[in-house]
This record gives sequence, C-alpha cells and structure tokens, in this order.
Amino acid sequence: MSTLSVNIEGMAGSGFPVHAEFSAGNGITGLFGHSGAGKTTVLKMIAGTLQPQSGRIEMNGQVLFDSKTGTNVRPFKRRTGFVFQDGRLFPHLTVRRNLSYAGWAGSRKTSRSFHEIVDLLGLGEHLDRWPETLSGGERQRVAIGRALLSDPAILLMDEPLSSLDYQRRADILPYLESIRQETDVPIVYVSHEIDEIARLTDTLVVMSKGTVVASGDTNDMFARLDLGPALGRQKAGVLLSGTVRKIDEQFGLISVDIGGQLVEVVGTGYQPGQSVRLQVRARDVSIATSSPDELSIRNCLACVIEEIRTDDSAFAELSLRLGDQSLRARITRKSVEELKLRAEIEVFALLKAVSVERRAMTMQT
Amino acid sequence: MSGEAIAIILLSAKVAFAAILFALPIAFFVAWLLARYEFRGKSFLQALTTLPLVVPPVVTGYALLVLFGSKGAIGAFLNDWFGITLAFRWTGAALAAGVMAFPLLVRPIRLSIETVDPGLEEAAATLGASRLMTFLTVTLPLVLPGILAGTVLGFAKALGEFGATITFVSNIPGETQTLSLAVYSLLQSPSGDTEALRLIVASIVIAIVAVVASEWLAHRIRRRRAR
Repeated sequence: MSTLSVNIEGMAGSGFPVHAEFSAGNGITGLFGHSGAGKTTVLKMIAGTLQPQSGRIEMNGQVLFDSKTGTNVRPFKRRTGFVFQDGRLFPHLTVRRNLSYAGWAGSRKTSRSFHEIVDLLGLGEHLDRWPETLSGGERQRVAIGRALLSDPAILLMDEPLSSLDYQRRADILPYLESIRQETDVPIVYVSHEIDEIARLTDTLVVMSKGTVVASGDTNDMFARLDLGPALGRQKAGVLLSGTVRKIDEQFGLISVDIGGQLVEVVGTGYQPGQSVRLQVRARDVSIATSSPDELSIRNCLACVIEEIRTDDSAFAELSLRLGDQSLRARITRKSVEELKLRAEIEVFALLKAVSVERRAMTMQT
Repeated sequence: MSGEAIAIILLSAKVAFAAILFALPIAFFVAWLLARYEFRGKSFLQALTTLPLVVPPVVTGYALLVLFGSKGAIGAFLNDWFGITLAFRWTGAALAAGVMAFPLLVRPIRLSIETVDPGLEEAAATLGASRLMTFLTVTLPLVLPGILAGTVLGFAKALGEFGATITFVSNIPGETQTLSLAVYSLLQSPSGDTEALRLIVASIVIAIVAVVASEWLAHRIRRRRAR
C-alpha cells in the first residue's frame, strides 16, 4: 500500500506549469530530473507551502489537498518532515533546541526518542553548538534529525546533499542509509545526481519539463533505454543486484554473484552473503562476440542482446539480458556494424573491475 | 543635584518611556507591512512614516495641535468619549515625542525584518509550528537586534525632543517641561547657567548609557550565536 499518492497540477515558482502523478510507499522514492524539471515544486506542494491549482494529495488515507472538495490542510498540520537544500537551521537556537523544535514549538510528540535520533546521526557531541559554527555536513545532519523528530508520516528531502562537496556527501550517505534501515519513515528524495538516486532509492519517479516521464522500480527504470536522455546520457547505466561470494583481501577485490555469473569489483569491508547493488554505467561496458582470454578486464559476462538503439549520433545503446536482470552498453555505431550485432544473439559484456569502483555499492535491506 | 533637576529628569524619562511604549507596537506593525507586503498606498505610507524626520518639528507640533488639541478633530473626540486630554499635559508631550521618534523606530525594525529568511518560517511550519508560534519562536528573536536598535534611537530622540513638544504642549514646569525644554528655559534666565549645565551633563550621560547598553546587548546576541 502506498503511503502517499499525488496527482497535482500547478505552477512552479519560476512560472512554468507542473503536472505530477505518482505514489510513494515504503523505503526511498527518488524524484529525479534536471534542474527546472519541477521536482522542488512538487515537494513544496506535498508539504503545503505551495498550493497546486488542482488535483489531490493523499497521505495515509488522509486527504491533504483536494481541489474538488476545497480541502487544503495547512502546512503545520501536515505531518510532512522537510529537509531543505540549505538546511535552514534556526540561527538563534542551539543544535539541541533546533533538533527538539517540533516538540516545544510545534507540539509534536515524537514516537522516536531524542537520543535515538542523536545517536543515529552522530550528533551527540554537537548538541550545545550554534548552527553558524557547524560544517555543511553537520548542518544537514541536524536538519535531517530535526525533521525526523517532528514525528513525520513521510520525510521530504529536497536535494539535501547538493550544497556539499564530494567528500561530505560521501560522509552523509551512510546516515541516510541507516535512516532507511532503522526507521520506518518513507522518504521522497529529490535529486539531480544520478549516483545518489542509484545508491539510495527503491522506487524512482523521473520528471522532465514539469511532468512525470516514467516511474517504477529503480532497477527497472535504470535498465530502460528510452530514459537515456532523461537520466543523463553520460552517466546512464543500470543497477545490478547481487550477492557477495568471495573476498580477495590481498588484492582488495570482491566477487559478486549476479544471476549465477561472478563479477569481480573493487571493494573492501564487505561480508560474504551480503546483498549489494552495483551501478554499472553503459559507457563502461564493452562487447565481445567470443569469450576473450588474456585481457586485463576481469569481468566477462555472457548475455543476450535484447535491443539495439541507434540515432544520428556515432553511438549505439545496447540493452542486454543478463539472467533476469538487464545491462546496458554504449558503444559506437561502427562497432555494431563490424561485429554484426543484432537482437537475440549471444555476446559477452566486458566490464573493468575499476569502473565499478566508487560507484554505488549499497547494502540492501 | 537639586530635587528640581531630578524631577525634570524623571519626567523626561516618563515621557520618553510612554512614547516608546505606545509607538513601538505601531512601529513594528508598520515596519512589518512595509517589509513583507506589496499593497496600494505603500509609498504613501512610507512617505508618511518618514515625514516627522524631514518636516520642521514646529510644523509637526502644530499639526498635533490642530489634530489633538482640545478643539482638534481627534482631540475633541478623545476628550468627549474617553475624557482624555493631551494638549498641555505630559501625555501630550509623550505623543509629540512618540511621533517624532516614530521614523527612527520603523527603519531599523524594517531592515531587520527584511533580513529574516522567510524560508526559516517555512521550515518552522513543516515542523508543526503555527503562525503565532513561528512568529514568537523564529521571527521575533531574529528581529530583536533591530527592535533594540530602533528602541535606543527612538528613546534618545524622545528624550531630547524639543520643537514639536514646545509647540504642542508648551513649556509647563512639572507637567510638560522635559530636559531640553528646561535647559532652554534656564538658559533664558541670567542665573540658570549652572543648573542648565547639570541637566546638559545628565542628558549626555543618559544618552551614552543607553547607547552603550544597547551595543553591549547586541554584541551579546551576536557572540552567543557564533560560539
């Protein structure tokens, strides 16, 4: 059952029409699109700080907005926790008073204990500090904690990491993962960073120019060739789910079982039997028609070509079937010609172990 | 210092306090309108608020006399319905001081409201705070330095007001004779120089104490947030 169902039409702050229809359930729902796609507008409409022109928003069976009946629950009465891009901590309150704000100013009784959230986000030593003195990453962690302590039925996150540099992002991502694992609050996560979406989300809603282009299971969405432009050509890829089989401590590699075939990737700190998700970019996959030996490429996966897409450009997008999962490859049109590639033939997908390094390798719940 | 001098200082303080007490809420409301809303007549309101600053004080005093005098439109109404008389009373002196201080109150408060990020109020709403609670716990504390600055400026102005006061409520010892008016009277008489000097020193001391106290408070607020 979905927690949140949205079907709204309205105007974005910058004046273009937005129409969004989707639902979000347990886990993290990604709302992905380029800047100006209308993601933040949709989030504000769910929170009630922006009013749609028409439509309906329902959360846990409660109607938050319905233009037909004239229902419009005021923002402070909606239990929508909001994490803003810029944190928006109250500068005149300590971290402690910021975190507990919903309790003393919003009269929200939280079901989660203060200390539980403080521990979860590692904020124990910062409680008596002032927001001005916090680093960007610490600030966002406080903002997330503050929203969690407002007893939210759903957590809306508006690009919470976009104001941070690469290292700080990497620091915060594990906290977001532990929120998914240790609280049962569903999250709608807005981002234009495909890596964050790949790593965090279970369900994905893709928006472009104010409308929802596609939505569904994140793995399925990444496998779809037609979403290439929307997901970003250069970064497009798929997500493969697998299980860790072998750990090679000497070389810092792990073997992941993907539908019976082993893929060796760079990684440490994993346990055998653990479920992981690999993000494999289409441009990191090469194609061979016979199994090659004597190659530095560690991974060679047998798969079947499902579809080849070409356009006027020099590139071709291949969709490959790998067991019950999909893989994508981006090669030149010339290679397609020379290797005589077509649908339904068996090929080998070559994948450099290092190309998966630093990509999302998430523990799955 | 003579008992008379102390009485004059106390009267001045009473007049200035009353002036600020009544002017501050109105000034805050006007500052809020000017900072947050777009409406017809906004520039008119803006001009009206600055008027006491640019018009000669005597003119303001005369306008008060016309409006609030015992035969004035508002003055007669207040007298008939509430039995309140302002002309030639210390309350009238407070009104004159409040009107003259008004622009000095509005400006810093308005600037301070404009610097409050409405996004913080939005954040408070998503955390369950009602509008009133948001105002009390977020907006007001953030505007506080501006209110403080305005109050000190306004208080200093109210304490030293001369032109509008003498025109509106005259110079009646024990009723409307505040510091500046007393100094003026003393300087008119051949033997008043010493007493005048005492009052002058007293007014300078009061002004310095007020400014230092407000600076100290503002500094404390700033430092607390940066710790």
